Amino acid sequence: MIQGIPLEHFLIVSTIMFFIGVCGFIIRRNLITMLMAIELILNSVNINFVVFNRYLYPDQLQGHFFSLFIVGIAAAEASVAIALIINIYRKLQNIDVENVNELRF
Amino acid sequence: MTGYAYTILIPMIPLVMFLVTGLLGMKWKPIVSGLLGTIGMGTSWVLSLITAGSYFFGGHHAEGFQTIIPFETTWLRFTETLHINIGVLLDPISVMMLVVITTISFMVHLYSLGYMKGEKGFARFYAFLSLFTFSMLGLVIATNIFQMYIFWELVGVSSFLLIGFYYTKPSAVAASKKAFIVTRFADLGFLIGILILSFVTGTFDFGKLTEPGTAIFGSAASMSFMGISALTWAMTLIFIGGAGKSAMFPLHIWLPDAMEGPTPVSALIHAATMVVAGVFLVARMFPVIHFQAPDAQEIIGYVGGFTSLFAAVIAITQYDIKRVLAFSTLSQLGYMMLALGVSGYGGEEGLGYMASMFHLFTHAMFKALLFLGAGSIIHAVHSNYMYDMGGLRKYLPITHITFLIACLTIAGVPPLSGFFSKDEILVAALHHNKLLFAVEFLVAGLTAFYMFRLYFSVFWGKDRHYHHTPHESPLTMSIPLMFLAVASVFAGFLPFHHLVTSDKMGFDTEMHMAVAAPSVLIGLFGIAMAWILYKKESAVPEKLAQRWGILYTATYNKFYFDEIYLFVTKKIIFNYISRPIAWFDRHIIDGFMVGIGLVTEKIAYQIKGMQSGQLQHYAFMFVAGTLALALSLVYFLM
Amino acid sequence: MNILTSLVVIPILTIIAILFTKGLKGARLVSAIGMGVQLLVTAVLLFSYLGLRKAGVTDEMVFTADYTWFKSLNIHYFIGVDGIAVAMLCLTSIVVFAGIFASWEMEYLSREFFISLILLATGVYGFFISLDLFTMFLFYELAVIPMYLLIGVWGSGPKESSAMKLTLMLMGGSALLMVGIFGIYYNSAPDGGPLTFNILEIAKIQMPVEAQRFFFPFTFVGFGILGALFPFHTWSPDGHASAPTAVSMLHAGVLMKLGGYGCFRVAMFLMPEAAQEMAWIFIILTTISVVYGAFGAIWQTDLKFINAYSSVSHCGLVIFALLMMNETGMDGAILQMISHGLMTALFFALIGMIYGRTHTRDVTKMGGLMKVIPFLAVVYMIAGFASLGLPGLSGFVAEMTVFVGAFQHQDMFHRVVTVVVASSIVITAVYILRVVGMILLGPIKDSHHEHLEDAKWFEKLSTVTLVLAVAAIGIAPLWLSDTIISSLKPIVERLAMAIPF
Repeated sequence: MIQGIPLEHFLIVSTIMFFIGVCGFIIRRNLITMLMAIELILNSVNINFVVFNRYLYPDQLQGHFFSLFIVGIAAAEASVAIALIINIYRKLQNIDVENVNELRF
Repeated sequence: MTGYAYTILIPMIPLVMFLVTGLLGMKWKPIVSGLLGTIGMGTSWVLSLITAGSYFFGGHHAEGFQTIIPFETTWLRFTETLHINIGVLLDPISVMMLVVITTISFMVHLYSLGYMKGEKGFARFYAFLSLFTFSMLGLVIATNIFQMYIFWELVGVSSFLLIGFYYTKPSAVAASKKAFIVTRFADLGFLIGILILSFVTGTFDFGKLTEPGTAIFGSAASMSFMGISALTWAMTLIFIGGAGKSAMFPLHIWLPDAMEGPTPVSALIHAATMVVAGVFLVARMFPVIHFQAPDAQEIIGYVGGFTSLFAAVIAITQYDIKRVLAFSTLSQLGYMMLALGVSGYGGEEGLGYMASMFHLFTHAMFKALLFLGAGSIIHAVHSNYMYDMGGLRKYLPITHITFLIACLTIAGVPPLSGFFSKDEILVAALHHNKLLFAVEFLVAGLTAFYMFRLYFSVFWGKDRHYHHTPHESPLTMSIPLMFLAVASVFAGFLPFHHLVTSDKMGFDTEMHMAVAAPSVLIGLFGIAMAWILYKKESAVPEKLAQRWGILYTATYNKFYFDEIYLFVTKKIIFNYISRPIAWFDRHIIDGFMVGIGLVTEKIAYQIKGMQSGQLQHYAFMFVAGTLALALSLVYFLM
Repeated sequence: MNILTSLVVIPILTIIAILFTKGLKGARLVSAIGMGVQLLVTAVLLFSYLGLRKAGVTDEMVFTADYTWFKSLNIHYFIGVDGIAVAMLCLTSIVVFAGIFASWEMEYLSREFFISLILLATGVYGFFISLDLFTMFLFYELAVIPMYLLIGVWGSGPKESSAMKLTLMLMGGSALLMVGIFGIYYNSAPDGGPLTFNILEIAKIQMPVEAQRFFFPFTFVGFGILGALFPFHTWSPDGHASAPTAVSMLHAGVLMKLGGYGCFRVAMFLMPEAAQEMAWIFIILTTISVVYGAFGAIWQTDLKFINAYSSVSHCGLVIFALLMMNETGMDGAILQMISHGLMTALFFALIGMIYGRTHTRDVTKMGGLMKVIPFLAVVYMIAGFASLGLPGLSGFVAEMTVFVGAFQHQDMFHRVVTVVVASSIVITAVYILRVVGMILLGPIKDSHHEHLEDAKWFEKLSTVTLVLAVAAIGIAPLWLSDTIISSLKPIVERLAMAIPF
């Protein structure tokens, strides 16, 4: 359907995006960057949803629905997360995740 | 049969007196409790005498005395056949014991009115005396061996309470504790004996157990444990119970210490009544012991013989007059046990049994007299020790005469009662066991010697410096002395061989001059020796003591039995059993339980670092875990 | 309303009433009235039970009532009593009643104290009337848990750790028990059909032997922990030493009996084959319990420790006697439970009262109290004599029934251990007399003890109630013993039919 581009290419892109997201989430200390990493992960999933929908069930729309949901939820999530981050910044004067370790043993 | 229904009152009156004086006594003037107790006891005494009169002399007994059970009720039921009854059983020995107990107890009640006057806890004293009398009466009229055990325990407790009457005195507390624990140990033997016996025969009832030629032992012969037949075990263990109460060697150690109690108590419990409970028990079980467990009977004979010799030797060296009397009691109890040990069953054969009961009777009278006399002496001079006494015959004429009578009686001088009963025992011993006869013959001499040693050094010899002139005791104290003195003189003429015998049939005896004459002679020899050594103050006894050296010291210290027991209990049981157990429990068992908790806590402490609070650690773990799961899934599915 | 249900409802109403009171005075008054009514109801129950039996009712359980309260698992509120349960309920009522008066002057958080105490009692009542395993377990937990608060808040000494140890060990027992109970539940219908928690239903069928073998130890040890079975008894000394007076009384007097009661009503009754097979292990453990507890008591110096070890010894005797599995032995076990419940409650009450006056529980620091506080001292001696088995008091009846029953066993092993166990009567005498001699007799050791106040009216009421109960059983045991024996028949028959394999 999408002329000349095989399924594998899409999957490779999304996998790379996913792992970049995971690595970013684990490695980066800045909360905003981590939030962006989460967006990457979510979007890699979106790609998969859309692509599989297109290749496996071209006459159905569930994959699209899901990706739209994810986009919506990601927006909500981003707003909550940024609100949290702002509060953390007010409390700690920075947004380094290593300093947010109050919730432990 | 129904004519004896009133006998239930004999033990019930003291019980009521105990409850009344025990609960209300402190509200009244002390003397009220005393009088109440004494009157109650007097009533019991009269009832016992009536019982004895109508039982022994009211009717013909050509075919022997009947066993009468005027009252019986089930108290506790174990199984269909095993149940504890509480009842009254009248047969020659129990009727005789009723008379002995109520007589002595009444005398002691009367005597204590004077002796205990002004003591703190007068009412308590009378309450305990009533309790003791009740228990003792319940013991002798028991219809079954478990009822006997019940009252046996009650007797032990009331003895504990009376020995520890002066409870602020540490020595009295220790003595009461010792008496209770030693007898309790023996009671364990008794209990196990009962258990074995009931297992073998399926009954507690004396009537079924002691019936001659009974079939209940049919299955018993085959039972044995460690190569010894079950019945021998049972009888030996029951004898251990008896030996505990009767203070037989080696369970004798509590009796001398028990003299810490007030003197009337010593007279009642530790001379005349409670200590003969063991003898009574053996007499009660005699048919079983004799026919089913002859080995146990042998043991009884030898233990009795040894105890009488052992105690007589110790008595020679003691200075506390109550202890001399205590050891003399031991010695005489040994006589009684020995007589049972050498006795046969039925007619002439049962001479030992009859003699034992006879001696029990006469001994109760003269030993109570000796103790009450000693109480009178102690009352006058306020000391227990012979070296604080001397020349008292001038001050205490009544005590002196009655004490002399008692000493002559115990020494076996004819025609006083002790002569007759002791003579029968010696005859019985001669017929069955020459060794035991020789021992008893020797003991007869020793007895005369140590009793007169006591007598001479207390009533003769030099005057001591008394704080105030000793004076004769009040009438309430001297009347019992006189009564018992008369009883000691004449009790020997009672026709015991027609009344109390092993098979409840009378038989005839005659004087055995061949035994009687030498035994009187050795008694007189003992008296003479005491006369020479102690009539006047002299240095001879002192020198003799030094000559014998170690032997004397050992005897004076009662062959160190107290120390051995103390070592075993305090050092071994307390230190090497109880203490390690307490330690083991706290440190090993509890330590293990606590340890489980500690280990859990330790592990939790170790792994709690994983909960670091670092978001990225969690994320890494999560991803790593997911990957690991995914990979393993791939690996295992492929 | 069913008389048995009212036994659970009255305490709950009392608790609600306490909520509306203020301060110590109101709370204790309401508790005393509530538990007094409870005592009366128990007495009515006792007499109507005896009346029913006299009238010839031969049902195994009487006063039964059955309501389903969780249908999908077939859980019922199924209640009913036989003679044994009635006897245990009487014991509970007496001890709780005495316990309320023993804590008459509990100043600290008094409302909460009485509420927890009565909540505990509610659990005990519910346990004894339940015939449904799940309901029984529910009440069992209800009885165990307030204990933590009662010791942890109102205790003395290292109370937090003692409370923790006690509760955790008992909870460990509960965990085993729960496995056992669910094991029984899932094997309650081996031939198909609905599973049930109903004890009487399960008693009619035979559980598969393999299942019995597996679940019997869980159930027995689970209950045994509460019954201070060696080596799971170590919560007892610490817990009792830290607990306030009334809690020690209730715990040693009643709660420990839940263990013994459960052992035969659940473990042995429902799994007779496994009980026969494994009895010897537990007989050895209980023999150790009896002798070891008694020896352990000799060396202690804290009055409560002495009593706790003595409880280990006496409760060991209960389970020992149960395992003899004959009528007389089990009768002795029940008697011993009741007798021990009463006299140990008496002991703890007295210890609390003495401690309240002398401010020490160390026996080496007291002496000559007989002179100063004669009433308490005399009652202490009576309790001591009951404990060492003096005829005329309840201990003797119970111990003798146990010994005679155990010795009637046909097996030589049982008779030999009986002799070993019987030797405890001597050791008991040693430690009882040691304590009596040390604290009551002799000269006064501490000059502060020369002027102490003797018992007040509520203390007299508390102790006299218990003494009367102890003496009543000791003097006239026949009716009690006969009641118990007639109720034991189905259990003994079931055990006898299970031939050891």
